[in-house]
Amino acid sequence: MTAVAGGSGGVRPSAPPVRPKLGTDTITGWLFSAPALVLMVAFILVPFVLAFYFSFTNERLLAPPGRQTQWIGLDNYVRVLENPRFWTALTNNIVFSLVVVPLQTFFALFLAILVNQKLRGVVVFRTVFFMPITVVMAATAVIWIVLLNPEGLVNAFFEIITLGNFSPDWLGDPAYALAGIIMVSIWASVGFQMVILLAALQDVPESLYEAARLDGANNWQQFLHVTLPGIRNPLLFVLTITTILAFRLFDQVWIMPDRPGGPLDATRTLMVDIVDTGLNQQAVGRGSALSIIFLLIVLAVTIVQRRVVKQEGEIR
Amino acid sequence: MSAAAKASSAGQGTTLEQANAAIRRQHLRRYIVSYGVLILLALFFLFPIAFMVVGAFKADTSVVADSGSLRAFVPVPFVGLENFQQAAERGNFWISFRNSAIISAGIVAGGLVVNSLLGYALARVPFRGKGLLLLLVVALIIVPFETLAVPLLLIMAELGWTDTLHAQILPFLAQPLYIFLFYSFFLGIPRELEEAARIDGAGAATVFFRIAAPLAKPAYAAAGILIFLASWGQYLWPVMVTRSIEARPLPMGIAEFQGLPPRDWGDIMAYAALMVVPLLVVFIIFQRQFVRGVATTGLKG
Repeated sequence: MTAVAGGSGGVRPSAPPVRPKLGTDTITGWLFSAPALVLMVAFILVPFVLAFYFSFTNERLLAPPGRQTQWIGLDNYVRVLENPRFWTALTNNIVFSLVVVPLQTFFALFLAILVNQKLRGVVVFRTVFFMPITVVMAATAVIWIVLLNPEGLVNAFFEIITLGNFSPDWLGDPAYALAGIIMVSIWASVGFQMVILLAALQDVPESLYEAARLDGANNWQQFLHVTLPGIRNPLLFVLTITTILAFRLFDQVWIMPDRPGGPLDATRTLMVDIVDTGLNQQAVGRGSALSIIFLLIVLAVTIVQRRVVKQEGEIR
Repeated sequence: MSAAAKASSAGQGTTLEQANAAIRRQHLRRYIVSYGVLILLALFFLFPIAFMVVGAFKADTSVVADSGSLRAFVPVPFVGLENFQQAAERGNFWISFRNSAIISAGIVAGGLVVNSLLGYALARVPFRGKGLLLLLVVALIIVPFETLAVPLLLIMAELGWTDTLHAQILPFLAQPLYIFLFYSFFLGIPRELEEAARIDGAGAATVFFRIAAPLAKPAYAAAGILIFLASWGQYLWPVMVTRSIEARPLPMGIAEFQGLPPRDWGDIMAYAALMVVPLLVVFIIFQRQFVRGVATTGLKG
């Protein structure tokens, strides 16, 4: 700790302010920081280090007295990677994000553009589109169990537009279960992305549009050459956060099928795998290995996004 | 716009009128298309909520039986508050509600205090080790709770804290993302007021509580809303750490109630409505703050 001198090690390069009494400031600083710091160490840093450590041991939840936890090297990782259910879960997460990320981002952008129009009462629609965010996901999942039942409203809709040729058992049929979950997920969270993109749209200077119009650009050209470049970084941020959220998929797939991750593992995700392993099988070691793999995936997504943002920034 | 320019430059009255009429027609068509699309989309977002509210007042068997037609939105046969009574009695709604309220209130109140204090110290107080602390906060933002859940569960089991409310509060108090949010907010407000107060002899605590914190109201509102939404909806952690109804919050409650035979869907919809509608009302009243809070915090992340 003492290696970093007060102020000079800070990320902010601005000149340090006048500091008359360094001693009291240091005490104040640590007093202000102490509560959050202690909590962060206890509930983030310690579990984080333990996750790494446990992933190399055969640690168990509620172990019988006298059982010794042993260092088993990479065994947990080997077992995880050899387990076909892990690959099923990972594949489901990837399929889910490949569908949801583009679809939901596109939908969110469409909604944001719609509610960004200067129309009377448009705030009402913005409010309505955002409403599902305030509905607890567990309640959303339960409501949609009924909506997705084979004789439910969703199928009533599909029967009308396909003239009765399409009415799957969404949550019971392994071929459609993930699609059902995707539908719920988009309904529940597209408003979040919409609001972020709306804020970004409103930050694009009106003068740019005026200039484009003077150059004779039509609406589509304005969108392509003014709007899209203008909201580029928020858009990338939305893509990243949606991808990360897709990998965290848990509530819907735990609640909606008859068994968590069912039917036949069709909606099993990494998070279902983690809870199943760490809690139900009480295999803390293997659950920790899974958690670390999960973290690596999230980190990879974030790093890719940072790279893309930076590269473009340099080109411009 | 270009049509308007042409129209205004046209000298003859008839062409002007014609052009105006054309513009009006074009506008009208755009209005109709825009509102048509907006209304269809609004129906898409509203129908599950309407379905839930209507279902809460319907006889249990009719909820699923009517679920494939527009009858789903007609509360017939109407059963009054019977479903709500059942949700309260069979579903133990109020125990879960109490748990959720305690957990969320604890996390929001405690979280706002500890996160803003640390954010303020990082932004304003020059102290030894600050650089390292800031680095730690920024680094921990990226660690998702999901990575910590399994080892944290073991810690809770070792401490004998499973199936308690504080096991569902303490891990969510300090959150690096909100520390960083407060840090950048405090950096952004002018420091003159605080410096003047310090020259007048006010201590750091006084300056924080009397001057800096009140100036940071928008940050408190944004963070408070987001922390509340996250804690009120938290499902993963209660699945792992609770065993009995005594410690279960609402999301766990409805998931359990939904699987409890007999599956009376009217009662389940009443349960859902009880947990969803009050929040919806609050949201509609404060929608501006909600939307702004999500947008600003979202962009910072």
